[in-house]
Amino acid sequence: MEQFINFVKKEFAHVWRDKKTLLILFGMPVIQILIFGFALTNEVKNSEIIVMDQAKDQASQQIIHRIAASRYFDIQRSVMNNEQMEAAFKKGEIKVAVVFPAGFNESLLHQRKAQIQILADASDPNTASMLTNYVSSIIQDYQNSIDKTAAISYSIVPEIRMLYNPQLKGAPNFVPGVMALVLMLVCVMMTAISIVKEKETGTMEVLLVSPFSPLLVILSKAIPYLILSLINVASILLLSVYVLDLPVNGSVILLFAESTLFIITCLSLGIFISVKTNSQQMAMLISLMGMFLPTVLFSGFMFPIENMPYALQIISNLVPAKWFYLIVKSIMIKGLGFSAIWKETLILGGITLVLLVVSLKSFKIRLA
Amino acid sequence: MEYVIKTDRLTKRFGDFTATNEITFEVEKAEIFGFLGANGAGKTTAMRMLCGLSIPSSGTATVAGFDVYKQTEEIKRNIGYMSQRFSLYEDLTVQENIRFFGGIYGLSNREIKTKGEDLLEQLGLKNEAKKLVASLPLGWKQKLSFSVAVLHQPKIVFLDEPTGGVDPVTRRQFWDLIYEASAKGITVFVTTHYMDEAEYCNRISIMVDGKIEALDTPANLKSQFKASSMDQVFYQLARGAKRSD
Repeated sequence: MEQFINFVKKEFAHVWRDKKTLLILFGMPVIQILIFGFALTNEVKNSEIIVMDQAKDQASQQIIHRIAASRYFDIQRSVMNNEQMEAAFKKGEIKVAVVFPAGFNESLLHQRKAQIQILADASDPNTASMLTNYVSSIIQDYQNSIDKTAAISYSIVPEIRMLYNPQLKGAPNFVPGVMALVLMLVCVMMTAISIVKEKETGTMEVLLVSPFSPLLVILSKAIPYLILSLINVASILLLSVYVLDLPVNGSVILLFAESTLFIITCLSLGIFISVKTNSQQMAMLISLMGMFLPTVLFSGFMFPIENMPYALQIISNLVPAKWFYLIVKSIMIKGLGFSAIWKETLILGGITLVLLVVSLKSFKIRLA
Repeated sequence: MEYVIKTDRLTKRFGDFTATNEITFEVEKAEIFGFLGANGAGKTTAMRMLCGLSIPSSGTATVAGFDVYKQTEEIKRNIGYMSQRFSLYEDLTVQENIRFFGGIYGLSNREIKTKGEDLLEQLGLKNEAKKLVASLPLGWKQKLSFSVAVLHQPKIVFLDEPTGGVDPVTRRQFWDLIYEASAKGITVFVTTHYMDEAEYCNRISIMVDGKIEALDTPANLKSQFKASSMDQVFYQLARGAKRSD
């Protein structure tokens, strides 16, 4: 036991001394969370908008107030004719415009139906559809508010509710994704590199010749990365709660337990790669190509798996990150308990067991 | 005579390739045994079998009285090992390296402390104890590496080309350490490419194509091959080799 603790201490010393590793270990999760949270967000905030109010009545003014109050839009100015509006679009000053026809309030009150025109610059179709959605939901809001005060309804409003993510925030989707990605990179790459490094420098030979058991060598190499990864999970969660305003709806303890399982999956993958490679560069390359890409492509957090060809959907089932992503999403965002995710946990556990057995077997074979 | 290594027709095959072909030899206690051969002659394979890292295909061997097939754990507890790459952690300090390697060879923390201090004293590295190994000159790393390999007083220490890339003066100093270890009763099993080093050994064996072609004291080998130096002995034998790297 004393030997084992000595060994783990030595592994920590390696990590502390290597500032570059330290930076990758703890800097990467923070940077990824911030990049995904603020730069790569698919929310559109503070878009320039033009209103052309030909009605200038109570209803149009109230809607314009609501648009102005929304954090999605900055009213750039009001224009009075189509030419001015067109010019603003052409210059790229605005992405969206709202036109109220004359007599807007009138027709709303008397015909219980009024028209409003929303124009958007569709050269960027995603942004355009997002912005028109925002505008229509503001109008819908207004309709709802006047419906309440009146005895009869003014129009039929379809009820749309965005479950779990009413504001269509980007963060809920990517935080579990980034968690899977960071753990995958840290555990797989770092363990693989740290073991291969010992092979390269020749210290692995000495360890194997020593009476210290080969299994313990692997275990004491894996434990520091397990601990460091759990610290990473904590820091990602703290960032997401306090910086991105995304609460953990389910049990934090369950979340950490599932993370530990996934970390063990990654550690066994790292050990497997280290047994099969002989240089740090090779280990790094395989970790990146073999782990990073499938995680991004097949975990479902960037590209919806449902839209993929059937063959790729089957392949995605083999990617451990996919199951971890589903689990984290269920716990963190939907606030579900273990009864809802036991199937995913079982699959992840199965994959882990297979990887662990295979990597330890191949480590032993290398010895003989 | 007490033999610490004894092999009888020890063989290792990888598929069709016979890396080590029926080698038979004995090494006496406290002897400095030189294990020579060109690259690819089968030295490393033989050494791996003796260290318990590789199971032989046929033949028998005992190391420190333990069987290389069944008692590899016991063998590991009784040997030290130093490879050509010095096998120290460059990003740890001198003291941390001593503590770590002492630990994996099963010394208690107290033993490590006293033995480690003696070692630093002996090597004159007291002031460097807290420095990173990476900052030491090559010669010092080597001496430290050797001293760490014998810290737990093994019966045998295996040295795999320990002096590669080192100047002759430092090499000579390194050999002083080897003689010291031998005087304490530690058997030294060393592979080398340097013929001046071969002269320092008590006995040497020369491997060619997986077989031991010559085994005797340096003086006897020179008279047997009518050569004036070990270099000439080695070339006469190695010239007939069919395989190389």
